[in-house]
Amino acid sequence: MPGSGRSIVVDPNPDQSSPVTITPYPNGPYLVRGDFVVQDQQGHELPSERRTIALCRCGKSRIRPFCDGTHKLIGFEAPSEAEPWPRG
Amino acid sequence: MAARLIELPPARGPLSEGLFAALEEPSGEGMEVPDAIDSVDPIADEDLQLALYVAYELHYTAIRGVDEGWEWAPSLIGFRAALERPFEAAVAALVEPAAEEELASVGAALQQIVAEDPGPPLSRHMEIEGRLEQMLELVVHRSAYQLKESDPHSWAIPRLSPRPKAALLEVQADEYGGGDPERMHAVLFANTMAALGLDPTYGRYLERLPAVTLATVNLMSGFGLHRRRRGAIVGHLAAFEMTSSIPNRRYGNALRRLGFGREATHFYDEHVEADAVHENIAAWDLAGGLAADEPEVAADILFGARALLQVEARWARHLMDSWERGDSSLCEPVAVPA
Repeated sequence: MPGSGRSIVVDPNPDQSSPVTITPYPNGPYLVRGDFVVQDQQGHELPSERRTIALCRCGKSRIRPFCDGTHKLIGFEAPSEAEPWPRG
Repeated sequence: MAARLIELPPARGPLSEGLFAALEEPSGEGMEVPDAIDSVDPIADEDLQLALYVAYELHYTAIRGVDEGWEWAPSLIGFRAALERPFEAAVAALVEPAAEEELASVGAALQQIVAEDPGPPLSRHMEIEGRLEQMLELVVHRSAYQLKESDPHSWAIPRLSPRPKAALLEVQADEYGGGDPERMHAVLFANTMAALGLDPTYGRYLERLPAVTLATVNLMSGFGLHRRRRGAIVGHLAAFEMTSSIPNRRYGNALRRLGFGREATHFYDEHVEADAVHENIAAWDLAGGLAADEPEVAADILFGARALLQVEARWARHLMDSWERGDSSLCEPVAVPA
């Protein structure tokens, strides 16, 4: 498990060997690891050839839902940890 | 791609002449090691960088007619060290020392360092107005590294503790194609070269590559091959990945604008998505993990990142200045395929 921040563990099948983890990286995308499938609303799988993928978190990628590094050009800032709510 | 086998290139001065003459003899003969090398500008010193490049190539490839025993011949290693000293000093002179507060979060410091990339806008130039012969030159320059992409960073694997090692392997497994040789980045780069009418044989263009190009590869080979520089090679990889996805999108766009198809652009397009993943793992899990486990190398991680940006900037300025003057940026231009 990557140790740079909190991960959301999505584990619909507790018997599977590698539960899916979603990790927000500081000022960057969500990295997704494990036995995941990314699909559109019609259930069509969005192909990706790699074991770990990065999902866009800044909204400005040109290959959404995947990250293309654009967050660096727009000064996107967000922590790895959950932001506190309600704010003090 | 076949097993690597390169030819010795023509020498460029007394250092490379001495090395190449020695390499034609059995490794047991040994070679003369200079006491100190006097170089005005080691990063752009044609003789020094070529000799150092070939000395490192003994670890990566066979060289036609050269006894493989030279790889670890004591006098060769002594000769290589004599070349490394002035090069290391020249790089150190370009690199700002890490500030104390940067060491508290190496990942955040790396993000700040790459945001201040000192290099000229080479990828933007290529995307908007780069000409075919400039694209071919760019690819020939990059063949010095990209036909062995990731190999210099793999030297670090056995030197890392479990967390940074796992992160490095997560990146490298993808770089090496995730088990499929056809997806290996070095193979994708060879496909790009072939699609552009260039010869993708490893080492084919070595004699045309200027010192500033060889220096970009010697930098990472030096960091990778010395355990004491494990911080620097990790920082180099992190900064490399963090400055890759956006330029590679532009190079892919440049090729499309010049009329090339997927066979040529796939290497660049693949890097847009791949390096958007890798840069995060490299900055936070690899570099951050190493700094947490070995705080004494944290400053060297940032040194490696800054050294990469400085040496790459020197290379990119050479290309843009040469083209501005109407010259080739290679020692000898490549023919533009009909």
